Amino acid sequence: MASVNLSNLNKIYGEKSKTPVHILHDVNLDITDGEFVVFVGPSGCGKSTLLRCIAGLEEISSGDLNIAGERVNDHTPKERGIGMVFQSYALYPHMSVYHNMAFGLELSGMPKDEIRSRVTEVAKTLQLDHLLDRKPKALSGGQRQRVAIGRAIVREPKVFLFDEPLSNLDAALRVQMRIEIARLHGTLKNTMIYVTHDQIEAMTLADKIVVLSAGRIEQVGAPLELYHRPANRFVAGFIGSPKMNFLEVSVDAVEKNQITISLDGHSLTLERQTDAFACDKAALGIRPEHLTVDGSGDLFIESTVSHVEHLGDQCMIYMDLEGLESPVVVVADGDVTAKSGQTLKLGIPVERCHLFDQNDQRVLPVE
Amino acid sequence: MSTQSSFLPRFFNGTALTALVILWLVPTLGLFVSSIRDKDQLAASGWWTSFNESKQVTFARTDLPETQQQIDGQFVLSGQLTADDGTVFTNVLAFGSSSRDPEEVPAGETATLKNGAQLTVNSDGSYTYVQDKEITGSRGKRIFFAYGQPPRFTLENYDNVLDKGKIGQAFLNTLAVTIPATVIPVLIAAFAAYAFSWMQFAGREWLFAVVIGLLVVPLQTSLVPLLRLYSDLGQMFGFESKGYPGVWMAHTGFGLPLAIYLMRNYMKSLPGDLIESARVDGASHFQVFTRIILPLSLPALASFTIFQFLWVWNDLLVALVFLGQGEDQIVLTAQLRALLGTRGSNWEVLTSGAFISIILPLLVFFALQRFFVRGLVAGSVKG
Repeated sequence: MASVNLSNLNKIYGEKSKTPVHILHDVNLDITDGEFVVFVGPSGCGKSTLLRCIAGLEEISSGDLNIAGERVNDHTPKERGIGMVFQSYALYPHMSVYHNMAFGLELSGMPKDEIRSRVTEVAKTLQLDHLLDRKPKALSGGQRQRVAIGRAIVREPKVFLFDEPLSNLDAALRVQMRIEIARLHGTLKNTMIYVTHDQIEAMTLADKIVVLSAGRIEQVGAPLELYHRPANRFVAGFIGSPKMNFLEVSVDAVEKNQITISLDGHSLTLERQTDAFACDKAALGIRPEHLTVDGSGDLFIESTVSHVEHLGDQCMIYMDLEGLESPVVVVADGDVTAKSGQTLKLGIPVERCHLFDQNDQRVLPVE
Repeated sequence: MSTQSSFLPRFFNGTALTALVILWLVPTLGLFVSSIRDKDQLAASGWWTSFNESKQVTFARTDLPETQQQIDGQFVLSGQLTADDGTVFTNVLAFGSSSRDPEEVPAGETATLKNGAQLTVNSDGSYTYVQDKEITGSRGKRIFFAYGQPPRFTLENYDNVLDKGKIGQAFLNTLAVTIPATVIPVLIAAFAAYAFSWMQFAGREWLFAVVIGLLVVPLQTSLVPLLRLYSDLGQMFGFESKGYPGVWMAHTGFGLPLAIYLMRNYMKSLPGDLIESARVDGASHFQVFTRIILPLSLPALASFTIFQFLWVWNDLLVALVFLGQGEDQIVLTAQLRALLGTRGSNWEVLTSGAFISIILPLLVFFALQRFFVRGLVAGSVKG
């Protein structure tokens, strides 16, 4: 049970070499006690490195890491009181499930009886009690994952760290384990930090999502906060599936808290804060599920359907638009009967629009 | 489809394996069979004929001429072929008149000798020597013949080399050299390999490069400096410069580079997550080494142990240079060589001595071969 605070944390590989690689740039983050925080970002963004810095597996180049109010930069992983679940599970192959879970306790010199009662108790909650004598190679992927989690739990750490724990499981098992982890957090109420590149895991598990890109925090917030009010174009594009559509629009007029844009011959006035806005071009962001095909909306685009995917409950319509690299995606009801080659008119409701300036920052609506 | 595509490789694998097993087994079996054969039979025929009777060539004398009888105007000597020690030959195959051709005439027929005498030797060993004149001389006439000797298996050869050849003591001496000279480098190398693969320290890469460099240093170049070092040390502290500690250290030094190299490569290939996981569990480097890395490195440890054991066991040069040649220090290889030197080409010494000297390496190999089984790491990472 502990809070985790990062201030101006930097990680530089090969600091003394001629070509140092700066992985993490001035990371500031406050994680309160009992919070479930998910680090999410594309691969190579530094999310795993950040987790390993917290775990004590990577040295912190500069900045402070506090766990429960104590600066722990120079502490070993054990002294930090963390438990970690690795992507590869990292079970000890020559030990039984029981000894895998008991290993950390044995090292700390705990009496045998206490180890036994703790391990059996944790095994019971994870439904591992009938597997205690097995070796890891005799377990299925999901069971191995549970052993890895059990091994972290049994030591009763202050903070749990998960490094992409579900990425080796198949889709069905992943959903099941996701729910189990959420339930686990509900019972244990520990601080948990979870790294994933899967934004669905992030959205479903997190109290707070931290979006990282190229070693910097792009935005921190609750899942729905990020979904509805992304701070910039990166977050807007990363959170939500399918990705948000971005349309180039020209800015016709900027008045006090009024921005008039035009697209495809239609123009629209948005109520946005204009104090720091000075561009003649902007990006209009609209999520696929917010585009309409029934003619409603405040702004319209018309184009040819290039491809349609029917998923049953909904259908995905892909449309090529002049001047855009990727097609515009629409998520429509499953009963929409669009065919490729057909011309479709899409409606953009004004209240669902996101406007991004030339620096890719979101232009905030008027409060 | 799949059975077809997997049949051929499996067939070839099986054939290759069988061929290897035969290639290895046949000479070993041959050595063993040779070592328990009678030494005269061993010299006369190959081990694959050891279950047939073997043909031996010898001579015997007839009874004394004074026992001759006069029958029908001829002088006859008859009797049974008997060796000097009283052995009666009952399985004569052929005989001849002179030592030049002892298989001139098949048994049961009659040969005319140079002096005109008629000699008949039957296969049951009875002979008749007939001559027109009186048979003279003080000793019996020599008859050269070949006889079939039934196969004879014996432990005499072993008895000989163990007792007279002092192979038993040499065996113990070799053990006294080999066991420490195997255990010490394996131990040191395991620690070093862990440090080289999983510990961060300044100059790690350079030090490892030095180890690699030492791999290609010929052993012979270091004999003289080592000898000098030992004798200097010996003088300084007052001990014999030739002795077991010296040979242990020499073998340890010569074995370490390869041992470190092999084991570092193996340990480096273990998943890093395991070590990190153990560190999160609170294990120190020493605990990671003893509880995680060492058990998982058993295949590498076992293979190097076998290499080093065989190398030290069969070594002659290092033992000759660093050990005395007295009875208390001479090793098997040196003793075998000495036996051959004093006894010429006595094969029975070589076969039985050699078989004694391969017993232990065989045991070591069979005891450790199960650790070669791969897949010890299976199941630790990924699914």
